Amino acid sequence: MIHAPSLIALGQAAEPATRTPLYIIIVYMLALFALGWVSSRMFRGSSKDFFVASQSIGPFMLLMSVFGTTMTAFALVGSTGKAFSLGIGTYGLMASSSGLIHTACFFLVGIRMWSFGKKYGYVTQIQFFRDRFESKALGYLMFPILVGLIIPYLLVGLMGAGNYIFGVTRGMFPGTFAAGAVPAWLSGLVICCVVLFYVFFGGVRSAVWANTFQTIVFMVMGLVGFLVIADTLGGLSEASAKALEHSPEKLQREGLMTVPHFISYMLVPLSVGMFPHLFQHWLTARSAKSFRLTVIAHPICIMIVWVPCILIGIWAAGLYAAGDLTVPPLPNGNANPNAVLSAMVKKFMDSPILIGLFSAGVLAAIMSSLDSQFVCIGSMFTNDFVVPLKGKVSDSQKVWLGRGFIVFIVLITYVISLFETKSVFNLGVWCFSGFAALFPIAFASVYWKRVTTAGVFASVIATVITWAMFIYDALGRENGEQWFGVKEHGEYLIAGVMPVTFIFLASVVALIGVSLVTKAPKQSTIDRFFPTNKA
Amino acid sequence: MKNVVYALIVIMAIIHQDFWWWDNKTLVFGFMPLGLFYHALFSCMAAGVWALAIKWAWPSDIEEWAESADEQGGEQ
Repeated sequence: MIHAPSLIALGQAAEPATRTPLYIIIVYMLALFALGWVSSRMFRGSSKDFFVASQSIGPFMLLMSVFGTTMTAFALVGSTGKAFSLGIGTYGLMASSSGLIHTACFFLVGIRMWSFGKKYGYVTQIQFFRDRFESKALGYLMFPILVGLIIPYLLVGLMGAGNYIFGVTRGMFPGTFAAGAVPAWLSGLVICCVVLFYVFFGGVRSAVWANTFQTIVFMVMGLVGFLVIADTLGGLSEASAKALEHSPEKLQREGLMTVPHFISYMLVPLSVGMFPHLFQHWLTARSAKSFRLTVIAHPICIMIVWVPCILIGIWAAGLYAAGDLTVPPLPNGNANPNAVLSAMVKKFMDSPILIGLFSAGVLAAIMSSLDSQFVCIGSMFTNDFVVPLKGKVSDSQKVWLGRGFIVFIVLITYVISLFETKSVFNLGVWCFSGFAALFPIAFASVYWKRVTTAGVFASVIATVITWAMFIYDALGRENGEQWFGVKEHGEYLIAGVMPVTFIFLASVVALIGVSLVTKAPKQSTIDRFFPTNKA
Repeated sequence: MKNVVYALIVIMAIIHQDFWWWDNKTLVFGFMPLGLFYHALFSCMAAGVWALAIKWAWPSDIEEWAESADEQGGEQ
């Protein structure tokens, strides 16, 4: 179960705590209900509006929704926990590289995908691939793979929320729940219901509205929370000095990661180029110019969110080493990295109102990803599975099919989340690795005329086989018994680099190799997808 | 100028690998570890490079094509 069972096993009783933060979280949830209701009133009833908001989203809302979607529990709970165990290098591993790579994906691939969506009326990524590679079978192959990769991503959100709420509500319900904290099954259930409410009625338009609101909330509250924690610790310099004194290794990368490990992480952010939910957000843009603000501001927004989280993580490491901070342990006795942020908030934020507002910000970051993923899954099921299979489906049937599948997937994910105990950061990285390895297909589809359907099939299959093999080796086998890699500092590395390196390589070799030995695509297809550069 | 932008992106990818202060624990401004400060600066530089990309390498051709009369001929 995800609600820190080790605490219960150790019989750690929490001191009674005020419920004010929880009341603030409840008010925030009610505000989201209201926002969902208002935005759903603007729903135009068509499937195009439900799935891509009738391509009416302007620059600011596009930035907020794209950025909010890419920042999840991984960015707040995960990054703080990872910095706690791996130090400042965590920022370079994911944040600064994302500022370059994510934006490259938006600029080089996103704008082109948007243009094809606008011109040919696509609402999902698979529709584009089916057309581009003239293969319905490719759509059927990619549908379960993409859904299968999104589910761990959804889990990251639910697990992060569960861990955080458990930590921050400790002592609020003594005698009712274990450790007096709201259990993860309950917080996960509430979050699923709130997000389901607004995406069910308003589709992607509601998701964009909610994302904009939630992104502003989590950016502002993240900064406020960071400054309050720093102030309680005696100021920024004092807090960092403590980390330097008691946990100096966390202020550098030597001994915690190697250069090849660090370099190989650069492949992970390529995943955004293949995220189906991000593709859908790209398609909501009113015009190509709407992308401009996102392209420039995305790296800065990442910095605003991640730098405070990394600093809180290394401060926590120093305090933990000095014995000034208790972090709930994992069953193996090590500190639970997912619980670091809530432990810091609980210990170093005096005001219950601030704790409540900061916690609303953490949940905002998590829910702003869940909503897009939910809508995307519904869109894919309807447009990539049912419609190609059944043929004619009415517009209102499409909307209802989408809604039905959203509910189905949320239920499945919720049940899995009750039994999952992996690190939020590491689970996220596995999920991103799968998407990153599929990115060459997206890139080739808009830049390489010679890429063939067979090449794409080979690339997808190579990705699935290598990804499944490595994830089984890393998570399904006992430490020390792995076939391919070893675990170092909580990371599974193969020959000193991230597994994504080999998965990506297999995908690229299969894509290029098979494309070159199979028949080139028809000239009409090339003309259709390279309209400004006809051969 | 397009090539300058692409060259800058490659240079950014290279300077991201700042192995030269791998073991440096200096606190910039008294609180920010140097490795973190450098990468925060890198994020700002990335924003600058992308601003140049918009100015010099914007895909106007594909934008004009997409915003011309809708075709809506895709398989759905």
